[in-house]
Amino acid sequence: MAATKTLNQKKKMRNVNNTAYLMILPFVIVFLIFNVYPVLRTLQISFTNYKGYGDMDFAGISNYVRVFKDKYFWISLWNTIKIWVPNIILQLGLAFLLTIVFSDMKYRIKGLAVFRAVYYLPNIIASTSIAFLFQTLLDWRYGSINIALRQLGIVKGMPINWLGDAHIAPFVISVISAWQWFGNSFIMLMAGVQGINKDYFEAASIDGAGRWTTFAKITMPLLKPIMLYVSITSFIGGLQMFDMPFLMGTVNGNPYGSTQTMIMYLYKFGFATRPKQVGYASAIAYVIFFLILIVSVVQFKVMGQED
Amino acid sequence: MGIGYKVKKTILYICLIILAITCMLPFILMLVNATRSGAEIAKSFTFIPGSHLKENWDIVFSYFNLFRGFWNSLKVAIPTTILNAYFSSLTAYALAVYKFKGQKVLFYTQVIFMMIPGQLGLIGFYNLVSALKLLDSYIPLIIPAIAAPGTVFFLRQYILSVLPMSLLEAGRIDGARELHMFHKIVMPIMLPGIATMAIGGFIGNWNAYLVPLVLLNSKDKFTLPVMISSLSASTDIAANNGAKYLAIAISIIPICIAFCFLSKYIISSISAGSVKE
Repeated sequence: MAATKTLNQKKKMRNVNNTAYLMILPFVIVFLIFNVYPVLRTLQISFTNYKGYGDMDFAGISNYVRVFKDKYFWISLWNTIKIWVPNIILQLGLAFLLTIVFSDMKYRIKGLAVFRAVYYLPNIIASTSIAFLFQTLLDWRYGSINIALRQLGIVKGMPINWLGDAHIAPFVISVISAWQWFGNSFIMLMAGVQGINKDYFEAASIDGAGRWTTFAKITMPLLKPIMLYVSITSFIGGLQMFDMPFLMGTVNGNPYGSTQTMIMYLYKFGFATRPKQVGYASAIAYVIFFLILIVSVVQFKVMGQED
Repeated sequence: MGIGYKVKKTILYICLIILAITCMLPFILMLVNATRSGAEIAKSFTFIPGSHLKENWDIVFSYFNLFRGFWNSLKVAIPTTILNAYFSSLTAYALAVYKFKGQKVLFYTQVIFMMIPGQLGLIGFYNLVSALKLLDSYIPLIIPAIAAPGTVFFLRQYILSVLPMSLLEAGRIDGARELHMFHKIVMPIMLPGIATMAIGGFIGNWNAYLVPLVLLNSKDKFTLPVMISSLSASTDIAANNGAKYLAIAISIIPICIAFCFLSKYIISSISAGSVKE
């Protein structure tokens, strides 16, 4: 690119570069209207007591003060974490195990393409359908799961109240989410392994490194950026959890508010309560955003420093 | 490579197969139960299909026309995917190939917005759409696809890695105009990258729930996920689990069929997304 150019060519390049403005114009207009403006508008609304209609009276930082004092907001954060942590352990753990199995040089497991497709299947289906499917399967009286457990003699007496018990329901949602997402994580980790230069493995085997040494010294460190990527995206996704708990436990996060996530709490004030408390919901949105930001930065720092 | 090796290998395969069955079992149960009556489902558990498919079908379709939900979802997802693919590649191309004032600002703003969770602007978005009198319309679901920071970012990286700049120089010497060059030379080269993004985008869109839920309120405009979520409002369907399973099955089957044909591309799109980081 840094070749010498005549004056004429430079002039021509400038004209050429002007067409770039034309090319980015649609993006910039729509971006400003539908991405930038709503985010700033939400910020503005968060400093008012707007109800979704009528005036927007300035309310200072009172909405933010309210978020920090609101016990139920922090419970919704705790619920989100309670659902997310078992989910991520199961999801990444399973994906990681599968990656080890399929990249093993000794056993050379076949059929990666087929297994991968089947493991990914639950991820492609809408969470709405998945939520209703499991709600029906797990119904404590008529659900096929409990009826199967009874027929097989595993559960005698009272059937398990999967979705009605505040101690069990959040965990059930974790497991379903993990079931839905492990295939996705597996594909990403596997892509990482396949992206590793084969020379590393050959060099290691010439040096007489065993399978576990190779795995610990070569595969693991080279997979780290992808692990970071998967865990951060999964965490950000986890904090935004909405569809599944919302459909299974309604906006109140039944049973007993145990599955009410942060976004459900935002939705409640922004769209469900009458009258709406849009100003408060906007403040909740910004608090959630800052929580996500802090956690992402910390996660970056922690995982980036291990080298 | 003795007997121990073979045994261990067999055990590994069995575990992998069990996991695969776990992934499919809920869907198999769904299909079986969709053909049984609510009473049968409540009484026993089986993998043998029943004979109540027709009744369940009638109950579902007397409440809502699921095919209308399909059609609505298509009406949103197809234009969204096309706009997203075309304008994202155009913007990505401009960012990758040209030098212009404000380029860095645009690039970094876009990267920042990639990290911002969608719900942050949800309230402001709803407020804007309502002020524009576009509630209960597909326009606010479709038009924002023109500006998709994540897709632009991915495609920009893609262009930088696959497009030889000398090709553009050659085109310019031949007197080709810039937009013409983009359409005739660049887009064909970018096609695999664009397809990757388009498939992922289509699925995301097809399954989207929160935004359509918030924006749409007339029943005949509901997209499939919103329609499915209104399922429990019907007492007839709620009273008969067979009908419920059937409704869910109808919502799932088309995407499963599409997956059978496209799984290779879908999976490569996820792989690409992770390696490009």
